[in-house]
Amino acid sequence: MNYRLIFSNLGTVLGIEAALMIPALLVSVIYGQDDVYAFLVSISVLVAAGFLLHLLKPKNTQMYARDGFAIVALSWFFISLFGALPFLISGVITSPMDAFFESVSGFTTTGASILTDVESLPRGILFWRSFTHWVGGMGVLALMLAVLPSVKPNTVHMLVAESPGPNPGKLVPKIRQTVKILYMIYTGMTLALIVLLIISGMPVYDSVVHALGTAGTGGFSIKNTSIGAYNNAFAEVIIAVFMFLFGINFALHYQLIRGNLKSYFRDAEFRFYLGAVLVSIVLITLDLTGKVFGSFPEALRYSSFQVSSIITTTGYSTADFNLWPSFSKAILVLLMFFGASAGSTAGGMKCIRIVLLMKLVRREIHRIIHPRSVYPVRINGKTVDEDVLSGVTVFFFAFICIFAVALLIVSAEGKDMISNFTAVTACIGNIGPGLGIVGPMGNFSTYSALSKAVFSFCMIAGRLEIFPILLLFAPTFWKKVNI
Amino acid sequence: MKIIIIGDGKVGYTLAEHLSKEGNDVTIIDKDPEPLKKASEYLDVMCIKGNGVSTKVLMEAGVKDADLLIAATTSDEMNMVCCLTAKKLGAAHTIARIRDPEYASELSVLKRELGLDMVINPELECAREIGRVLSHPTAVEVEPFAKGRVELVEIKVTGSMPVAGMKLKEISAGICPSILIGAVQRNGEVIIPNGEFRIEEKDMIYVIGRPADVHDFCRRVVPDSNRVRNAMIVGGGRIAYYLAKYLEEADIRAKIIEIDRERCYELSELLPDTLIINGDGSEEAVLESENLRNMDAFVAVTGRDEENLLTSLYAKQCGVKRVVAKINRVTYASLIMNMGIDSVVSPKQITANGIIRYVRGLKNAMGNPVETLYRIIDGKAEALEFVAGQSTKFLNTPLRDLKLKEGILVAAIVRKNEIIIPHGKDVIRPGDSVIIIVKDKHFSDFNDIVEPGGIPDEL
Repeated sequence: MNYRLIFSNLGTVLGIEAALMIPALLVSVIYGQDDVYAFLVSISVLVAAGFLLHLLKPKNTQMYARDGFAIVALSWFFISLFGALPFLISGVITSPMDAFFESVSGFTTTGASILTDVESLPRGILFWRSFTHWVGGMGVLALMLAVLPSVKPNTVHMLVAESPGPNPGKLVPKIRQTVKILYMIYTGMTLALIVLLIISGMPVYDSVVHALGTAGTGGFSIKNTSIGAYNNAFAEVIIAVFMFLFGINFALHYQLIRGNLKSYFRDAEFRFYLGAVLVSIVLITLDLTGKVFGSFPEALRYSSFQVSSIITTTGYSTADFNLWPSFSKAILVLLMFFGASAGSTAGGMKCIRIVLLMKLVRREIHRIIHPRSVYPVRINGKTVDEDVLSGVTVFFFAFICIFAVALLIVSAEGKDMISNFTAVTACIGNIGPGLGIVGPMGNFSTYSALSKAVFSFCMIAGRLEIFPILLLFAPTFWKKVNI
Repeated sequence: MKIIIIGDGKVGYTLAEHLSKEGNDVTIIDKDPEPLKKASEYLDVMCIKGNGVSTKVLMEAGVKDADLLIAATTSDEMNMVCCLTAKKLGAAHTIARIRDPEYASELSVLKRELGLDMVINPELECAREIGRVLSHPTAVEVEPFAKGRVELVEIKVTGSMPVAGMKLKEISAGICPSILIGAVQRNGEVIIPNGEFRIEEKDMIYVIGRPADVHDFCRRVVPDSNRVRNAMIVGGGRIAYYLAKYLEEADIRAKIIEIDRERCYELSELLPDTLIINGDGSEEAVLESENLRNMDAFVAVTGRDEENLLTSLYAKQCGVKRVVAKINRVTYASLIMNMGIDSVVSPKQITANGIIRYVRGLKNAMGNPVETLYRIIDGKAEALEFVAGQSTKFLNTPLRDLKLKEGILVAAIVRKNEIIIPHGKDVIRPGDSVIIIVKDKHFSDFNDIVEPGGIPDEL
């Protein structure tokens, strides 16, 4: 446990967060609202804190896996803590716990809110909320690696801890180059989305904010009724398609840039992801036609948007799916667990893990039939390491455990089962809205501070895929000499 | 530069380490996931699990636009096929490690027919290195520069040497004016000394100069700089074979002690002038009965590092003047340094040096090329040779007016057949070969040695 190394890196991360607040500051200056002061104070606090931490010069700069994981976990906690400052200082949120919840929800790209009326908020604050989605989607540490001039080879541990998926890898030999490529693809796609939304007739400011929320698969909107408020079918289609695109592994987008279009369909995870989306859309559309919406095309419009929004864990809504029939709601809740692809900005368990778990089940059955058979699990024609497989099963169990514990604590409050269950699902999967009280038209404001703390924990655990966060709870991890 | 390395063994890993540190995009291919895990954890490289001969794997590694492919697997044949395939798939340059003596004699044909740009034989390189050290009496290591016109020699200072306790300027005034002490290693620290620097016992000094001058210096400084006339080699592997051949040419009598009887017969056929002894070289009795005490030199090149180090220590204790040990793993280098063995050679280090030198050459084909590069003192310092050309920004400026960066020393200027050990008033002219010693830094451009703004204005 190399405290100096960890905290000096933390200082750098806080410095980067200060820089990240500058766009929000500019927005609030442009609109001349009274939140300018809040950003100025927050930036100064961040710079000061970052500078102080940076004074710690690590004696030993060798970074081991445990240090990398700790830096990532602590960074996410602290950026959320400091990210809450603008909300508190500007006075739009008065309770510190609420502000922290909102900030965590932003960075983890969850999009769950405690705000009952977002439309009255100053524009700088709204921009900051959505901008945290954008940064959190690709990762703050990844951004740090992309902008810092010198990147040590061992920083790969930070990338591994932060990027989603069972087996994150590099696109090119250099870490720095890899994160740069990722951020370039990410920025390019976001800019394209902004332009398309403006063409669709959405106001410029709204387009930017919703594009940021879509790119990070976050889900904060500036309308109380989310995307549905615009009633703009063209914009809905654009956002639905882009949510889907941001839910694809960015390594595949990189292959496309290199002229390899077929790589999408060669990828088992993508095929599963696409299949899950298409099947869900068809089933929900059939379920909705006649019951909620009169015509098939209308049902298709709302169901496709909602499926794309939920499986990518974005959480935008165009209709109150809380009022949909149980079958449709059940599919949506299942999709919340799936999540989109590894290496994307989405949350949830990730399709690749579901695919691997299903293959493991098949192997188990196969082994009963042929007890002596050698049966490696293959993905895209390549054998998957047994380490990765056991990692997936352990992840699944840990996910369910955290889910269960969180559900128990939250349920002590006495709210109804559906709300509690989907609220925890929505937080650990970084989706945002659930059903019942926390449905698309509702919010998390009625929960107690303890429950909000539990939700915040779930969100960070879900975003970092549990183990970096669990590491912080291991007593041996904090000791100087860990045995 | 985009570099693909096939084989993540000792040499592959060392190469990946150095090449990626110098900013190249390195991809490693290996069949075994274990070493790859280590590489991906400690190095900024991409690792691909698979067979380097397979086109699919090579394509995945991006062989199409690779600038260089290095094949360093355990099998010569595999390395050759890898390079051949890679060349056909579009790799610009290929380097293969080929170590079998059977192929060693046919290298030029192989190089031409397979389109190899460089063939490296670790054992041969290692044997040459040992041979150079043995034929050069007092030096620990000898490196040739400027096509052999300048030599860099590493000497360990002992109490009996007159230089111990002298300041550098006293040495140049008193003993030998035409050499330069370019770097000193003291307790594992590297120092680029100035005239006021005082040399102490146990320092490792790096002397640069014309070979004759360096030899002269060695003779004056070291009392018993006798020639090595005979050598005992323990271990009959490939290095021993190449070394014995080298020594035969250098007129040094050698005897090889090898434990395996079959190998002894092979060796005696291959090396008619060398005495082959069948016995266990790690046994004291065998060494004693073969007159270890009367040998001029002792070389331990068995496959086991510990055995090499122990027998070398024993030889040193018996009073053998030149003791060389080969080690494969260079961990605990600082410990080995203090053991009193004269030279420690590591084939992987030598191989890696050779390839890195080649890569730098490739990289700097434009602008100011690095002609030769030596890593000295465990890679803590480098001796580089540049050729000054039209792009050099400080031609004809007296050296005393140049503000060089910290830890840089202009050690020698080679102008046609003249060797200049530079002083403040000397200037660099176009076409000069300039040897500089650099600490803790990497340079690939000659112009980088000067601080920004360190060149006085022409006006």
